[in-house]
Order: sequence, then C-alpha cells, then structure tokens
Amino acid sequence: MRTRNILYELIRMLLLLILVSFLAFVLIAKSPIDPLVSYIGTNSTLSPEAKQEIVEHWGLNEPVFTRFFKWLVNILHGDMGTSITYKKAVSSVIIERFSYSIVLMLLAWILSGILGFVIGVICGIKQGGIYDRITKLFCLMVKSAPTFWLGLMFLVIFAVSLGWFPIGMAVPMGKLKSEVTVWDRLYHLVLPVITLTVANISEVVLYTRQRVVEIIGSDYILYARARGENQGQIIRRHVLRNVMLPAITLQFASFSELFGGMALAENVFAYPGIGTATTAAALSGDAPLLMGIALISALFVFTGNLIANILYGICDPRIREKEES
Amino acid sequence: MGKTLLNVEDLVVAFSMYRGDSLKKENLEVIHSLSLDVKEGEILAVVGSSGSGKSILASAVLDLLPKNAVVSGKITYDGKPLSMKTTPDLYGKEISFIPQSVDYLDPLMKVGKQVQGVKGSKARQEELFEKYRLGKDTEKKYPFQLSGGMARRVLISGAVMGNPKLIIADEPTPGLDLELAMETLKHFRTLADQGTGILMITHDIDLALNVADRIAVFYAGTIVEIASTQDFLSGRDALRHPYTKALYDALPQNGFKPIPGAQPYAGSLPSGCLFADRCPYRDDACAGAQPEREVRGGKVRCAHAT
Repeated sequence: MRTRNILYELIRMLLLLILVSFLAFVLIAKSPIDPLVSYIGTNSTLSPEAKQEIVEHWGLNEPVFTRFFKWLVNILHGDMGTSITYKKAVSSVIIERFSYSIVLMLLAWILSGILGFVIGVICGIKQGGIYDRITKLFCLMVKSAPTFWLGLMFLVIFAVSLGWFPIGMAVPMGKLKSEVTVWDRLYHLVLPVITLTVANISEVVLYTRQRVVEIIGSDYILYARARGENQGQIIRRHVLRNVMLPAITLQFASFSELFGGMALAENVFAYPGIGTATTAAALSGDAPLLMGIALISALFVFTGNLIANILYGICDPRIREKEES
Repeated sequence: MGKTLLNVEDLVVAFSMYRGDSLKKENLEVIHSLSLDVKEGEILAVVGSSGSGKSILASAVLDLLPKNAVVSGKITYDGKPLSMKTTPDLYGKEISFIPQSVDYLDPLMKVGKQVQGVKGSKARQEELFEKYRLGKDTEKKYPFQLSGGMARRVLISGAVMGNPKLIIADEPTPGLDLELAMETLKHFRTLADQGTGILMITHDIDLALNVADRIAVFYAGTIVEIASTQDFLSGRDALRHPYTKALYDALPQNGFKPIPGAQPYAGSLPSGCLFADRCPYRDDACAGAQPEREVRGGKVRCAHAT
C-alpha cells in the first residue's frame, strides 16, 4: 500500500513538472523575447546570414512542440542549457544561487513557523482579549501589505535611518571573498530574513489561532474540563496535540508563498539568490535560465506539499488507518 | 434511600445573545426555575423531548456553560455550593460526567491514557477495562476505532475512574441498539446499587422506566414533575402534572394519543405555567408563577395537581 502511494506521488510529480515546464516553455516562446537578440545584443554587427545560421543551429524556426521535446530530452540528459545572462551552465547558476536562497528561506521558514505557532496558540487561548485583537490587526495588515513594500519599510527604518544593518547584498562590499566571515553573511541575512518571516507569519498565526479557537470550543475540551483538568493540562494534553499536526502540515504546504516572498525580498535587498536571478533572467530574456528556474521552483513547491501529505499520513491515526487498510 | 448528594434549586440559565435584527444583546432564558435532587444510590432520570434544553442542565451542574451564560439559583453538592472555582477537586473524582458520544474524546489521544485522565492511574484503568470487558488492546486504540458499545464502556470506565459519588450522564444511550442500551443501563443500576447517585438525562422514557428510581419530567426548560418510577407503572392517575399525564397517554403502550400544540420556544414563553396553552385544566391560577409543591410524595409545578 505504501509503495503504491509513493509511486502514485512520483507519477503526479512527473506529470506536474512536464506540465509546468511545457506551460513555461510556450509562454516564453510566445513572448516578445527573441533569444537571438538576447544572445547577440541589439547593436550586433552580425550579418543576416550569420544570424540565420544561429537561428537554424538553435532550431528557433521549428514548431514549439519540437523545440520543447528537444529541451526535455536534453534535460533528461542533465543538460539545462547555458544562461545568457551569466554565461555559465544553467545548472551551476541555479545551484550557486539556490545555496544563498535556501539559507534565507530556511531561516524565515523556521522562524515564522515557530513564532507564528506560539503567537497563534496564545491568541487562540486568549481569544477576544486585547493581545488577541492587536495581533489579529497586525496580521491582517501585514497580510495585505506586499512583501517588497515590507522589505522597503525595513530598509528605510533599520538600514537607512537607524543604520543597524547593511542596505543589501549577501556580503560586505569591497571585501575579498576569502576574507568574508560567517558573521558577515549572517549580518547581511538579518533584514531579508525578518522581512520574509513577517511576510509569512500572519498566515501561520491566523491559522493556528483559528484552530485553537475551534479546539477549545470542541466537545472533548468540555469533557476534559468536566474530568477536572485545569487550563494548563488542557492546553498541554489536548490543544497543542491537536493543533500541532495541521500547523506543521500547513507550514510545509506554504512553500509556494515562501518562494514567492523570497523572490521579492531578494530583489529589495539585492540578495544574490534565485529571486534576483529570476528578475535578471527575465529582464535580459534569458530563456534557458527562466526555464530552469521554473522547473526548480515547481519541484521545490511540490516537495513541500508532498512532505505535508506524507506527514499527515504518518502522524494522524485516522488517516494512517485509512491508508493501511 | 441515602442522603441528598446533589440539590438544584430554582436554577435559571439564560444566554445573552443577539437576536433577529436587534443590535442589543438580549437574555434568552433556556432553563427556568428548575429544581431537582439526587440522593445516594438512586438514579434520577430527567426525561424530556429532544431540543428542550436538557443538556444545558448537565452543563450547568458541571459548570461547563459558555461564557455568555447567565446563571442564577442554587446548585449544591453535599450541602456545599458547587462550581469549578470553589470546588475544582470534586470534578473528575467525586463527580463525574458521561457524555453523549465518543466525540467527547480527544481524537488524537489513545483511549487508555484518556480514561486515566489527569486524576486516575494506569492500574485502575486496566482494572476497569477488565471489569467492563474491554480487551487488552483497547487502551492502545484511538477513539475513532471504537465500536458503539465499546465507546460506551470506555466512557463509563472514564467516569468511574475516581470512584465517583455522583455521575451525570447526558443521553447515554442514543445510537445504541436495545441490547447495548440495556447493557449500559445495567451498568448504571449496578453503580447505583453500590451507592452512587446518578443523574441520567435522556429522551428515552421507556429505557428510563426500566432503570430509574425516580423520573423528572422536563418540559420547555423546567421540570414540571418528579415522580417515582412506580407512579408511571401504576397508571396515569398516579401521576400529577397534566403534561406528565399527556406524556403517559402518548406512549405507544398506552394508546399513542398525542395532544395538539408544541413546546413553546425559549424566546417566546408564556409568563405563567409553561404548559398552560396546551392544558385542558387551564384557568386563572395558571397565569402566575408555579411554585414547586409536594403532592402524594412527588413534586409538581401545577396549581391544579392533586
């Protein structure tokens, strides 16, 4: 039964990846981006014949389907093409950029998850109180604010006015790569991580709060109270137990928002991750890199959802039994 | 019969809430001047139709009403006022609760741990599971894995964990077939015979007659009559309140005769006797409040009962 589930998920992932990449491919192919112009530049002195040769070499005048199929075959051989912007293999650009982004996302993910959970539980328990109301208002405000605006606000306050943190990038300017310390890296990460955390936290808080309110109003809490459990025991034995699983699951399922927020935050802070690479690739019509990023981000989000599904299956006895029988 | 364990006197429960288009909170009174008592070793069955507010009575006694509830009247246990604030140690030990269904168990906690609760012990739980014929593997099960009969026995185990003197059972038999329902009630009878007082809230008057010592008839949020089970078995003349008599006539074995009308809604109650508009004996005496009277060994809220 288990293996069948895993097989099913793998097939689903494969289908999703093919669909996403096909959609991205068609969109880029139909967009005004001309890969040739992107490659040789607008002021090129290349003769029309030479241009024609490149077009033919790349197969640009072939139908979209044929081109997509070629791209797919190459991908399966591990060749993601060459980035026009960075003049490097797409795979190595993605690996390098992702290593920056993953630190940013992981920190923001853990922080927003833990902080959001704790705040949400307190709000739910003290539902209707002043703390709950202020937090709810804050969450709704943050939720309606775009991530880049949040980033700008943090920059204006903490980097420009107060001067506590650097304005951007991942390492100090004008320092040799060999001299950059871990502390430099962390120091530059603070503001982007805070921005991304704040941008993601409201969802966790509001969701956790809502679940806690529901749980507190449930019959089994009533029963626990009738059996003489005090508030602390009820929270420890029943509320946390019941809210933990959905909260963790939601946190994994929120990879897509995390990824989107990361792209915006990185641009505001000029942080050299996958987000800034996406913008750079889009601005310079770097089709191979855009395709690669589309593929990787789909894989990333899918993995989050997959983990969420698996966790539910393992942790919730009700679903576990259904899957086993 | 032993001493009085639980005494409820003129209990009134109202919910402050918004109604209709009004922006002002109104008090919706759902329980009105309700009195009853439960003695050691007896089963008092509170019988009334579904949706008449019986469960609120259980919540009120256990001090589990939501925050918007306004309560007045006296609830005493062993002569002392009962509440979560003043007597928190009683709940789960001397006073325990048997809920309606397995939904009252935490869905993610194993049954054994849940029956033990915070005041019980593993040894006692194992002893009880054996007593109530729950297999050794039951304690490792989750609530959703229990069958109806098992769930019922688990809930009883949870209730008797602390050797309670008073058990409040809210609709302990719905969803059970006759055999299982009778089995559950037999457990209740055994507990009562050992000295426990049981307040059993149910809509099933036949089952109540099988096991209870006294029957309290619940109508529109109050108890109109408390009669011994024997009175119900002797026939309608032994009963006191016109509603009880009508209820008696409406039982299948007594002719299945309904009376017209319906219970008044909590928001639009008559000022005097709540049954007046359906009562054949209605007159001016019914307009005022109906104090509880002793009539032929039972208690009744009716000016005309003899």
